[in-house]
Amino acid sequence: MGFASKAAIVGVAESDLGRTPDKTVLQLQLQAAQAALDDAGLQWSDVDALFCAGNWAWSPNLMLAEYLGIQPKYTDTTNIGGSSFEAHVGHAVAGIEAGLFDVALITYGSTQRSDRSRNRGPSAIRLTEQYDFPYGLPSPVGSYALAAMRHMYEYGTTSEQLAEVAVATRKWASMNEKAMMRDPITIEDVLNSRWIAEPLHLLDCCLVTDGGGAVVIASRDRAKNTRKAPAWILGHGESHTHNTITNMPDLATHQAAVASGQAAFAMAGLNPADIDVTEIYDSFTITVIMTLEALGFCGRGEGGAFVSGQRTAPGGPFPLNTNGGGLSYCHPGMYGIFLLIEATRQLRGECGPRQVENARIALAHGTGGVLSSAATVILGKD
Amino acid sequence: MPAQLPPIQQDSESRPYWEGLAQGELRIQRCDACSRAVFYPRSICPYCHSRSLSWIVATGRGTIYSYTVAYQAFGAFAADVPFVVAIVELEEGVRMMSRIIDAPRARIAVGKPVQVTFEKVGEELTLPYFRLSE
Repeated sequence: MGFASKAAIVGVAESDLGRTPDKTVLQLQLQAAQAALDDAGLQWSDVDALFCAGNWAWSPNLMLAEYLGIQPKYTDTTNIGGSSFEAHVGHAVAGIEAGLFDVALITYGSTQRSDRSRNRGPSAIRLTEQYDFPYGLPSPVGSYALAAMRHMYEYGTTSEQLAEVAVATRKWASMNEKAMMRDPITIEDVLNSRWIAEPLHLLDCCLVTDGGGAVVIASRDRAKNTRKAPAWILGHGESHTHNTITNMPDLATHQAAVASGQAAFAMAGLNPADIDVTEIYDSFTITVIMTLEALGFCGRGEGGAFVSGQRTAPGGPFPLNTNGGGLSYCHPGMYGIFLLIEATRQLRGECGPRQVENARIALAHGTGGVLSSAATVILGKD
Repeated sequence: MPAQLPPIQQDSESRPYWEGLAQGELRIQRCDACSRAVFYPRSICPYCHSRSLSWIVATGRGTIYSYTVAYQAFGAFAADVPFVVAIVELEEGVRMMSRIIDAPRARIAVGKPVQVTFEKVGEELTLPYFRLSE
């Protein structure tokens, strides 16, 4: 198989994950970026474009590039939440196709777990926050709970079906030594865990960790001379439909993912049935069920049945979130970059006990905000 | 209700809404071009992009589109748990976030009819909460 792609992911890496009280977001991103460049066999001097998303500085790109000592000739601060990094991939391919640069570095870092005690609310309720904030909905979990409740109402989705996602994801995490939560759990464990926001229990929710990641993208010519097999970027798509959950057009349909998925599959000339391994943003169990439907892996309202019977667990017919996901591996706030890292490693065959056999085409799908934004990337190996 | 709720920074679009609540009116907008109701208030119709919108007073009747019971909340709201936050669909056709109050958990469900109630939650803040109609 030879893809006519213009660009590929050629380097991926995480920083330290979990709890990193002695490291700043700059150190985490340096650590991940250095490891990703080493993974690619590239140098700092090769990097000519920087993509970064974060809210830890007035302009993350300015601070990070200065710290790293790079002066990119192309920069992109797109921040649409956890899907930002899948969007960055699309933007990087577009820039490479336009001949604007050859090597892009995408980074993310967060110390949200260590910072937790310092979290403060807004000093004033401004702009469109006026209409939602005063009711105290915990964000983002409350918004996903509202979507889950509506999905249950429209399609009969059950708490047991949501729990299936958490249980299967934990099984994958048990095979990833970097995963924070590796002890097996049962559906009963999920249902018996405390409510956070009905109908979501504690174990329906992603972890809160520190951590960072980096991805290096190179043009076709440059990808030929990197250390490892390129993960060719076959298709990408992105969309956003709303900001607050009140303004989501249909709380039972992840419409942004419908749009991003259709665009990505069309660009790649592929169908859901062609995907060998799938990495979907699992901020909450409901996010996975709604995204599977939106991307066309099953019909509308069929996501609960699709994940039942541990179909997405190791050994099942649909390998999903093979690193243990945001639910069990790590979740430093905007998880999307880790989807790209795992998809690339699966295509390279680097995943040891959790390796999906004969994985040739992978899908990474990020969701941001409160089902607000989506970006889909389809990768393939020669 | 939270004493330490951060101040709401009213603006020229939101002021008629907040002033209405203080007077016991739930004000929303209607687009003069396409006739659709619009909430939250703004200077463009999000459906047809007309720049001509008028204020109307909503009946305050609606149904629960979705809801959650929050068992964990942040900042000023932490002391309120558990509480019910809902997205209410007003009969004019717009949705708004609110709370459902004075209702036993077992009676709250998607689709239930609700009626607005104006609750003074601070010296200068009245919020539109909802009660079950039946």
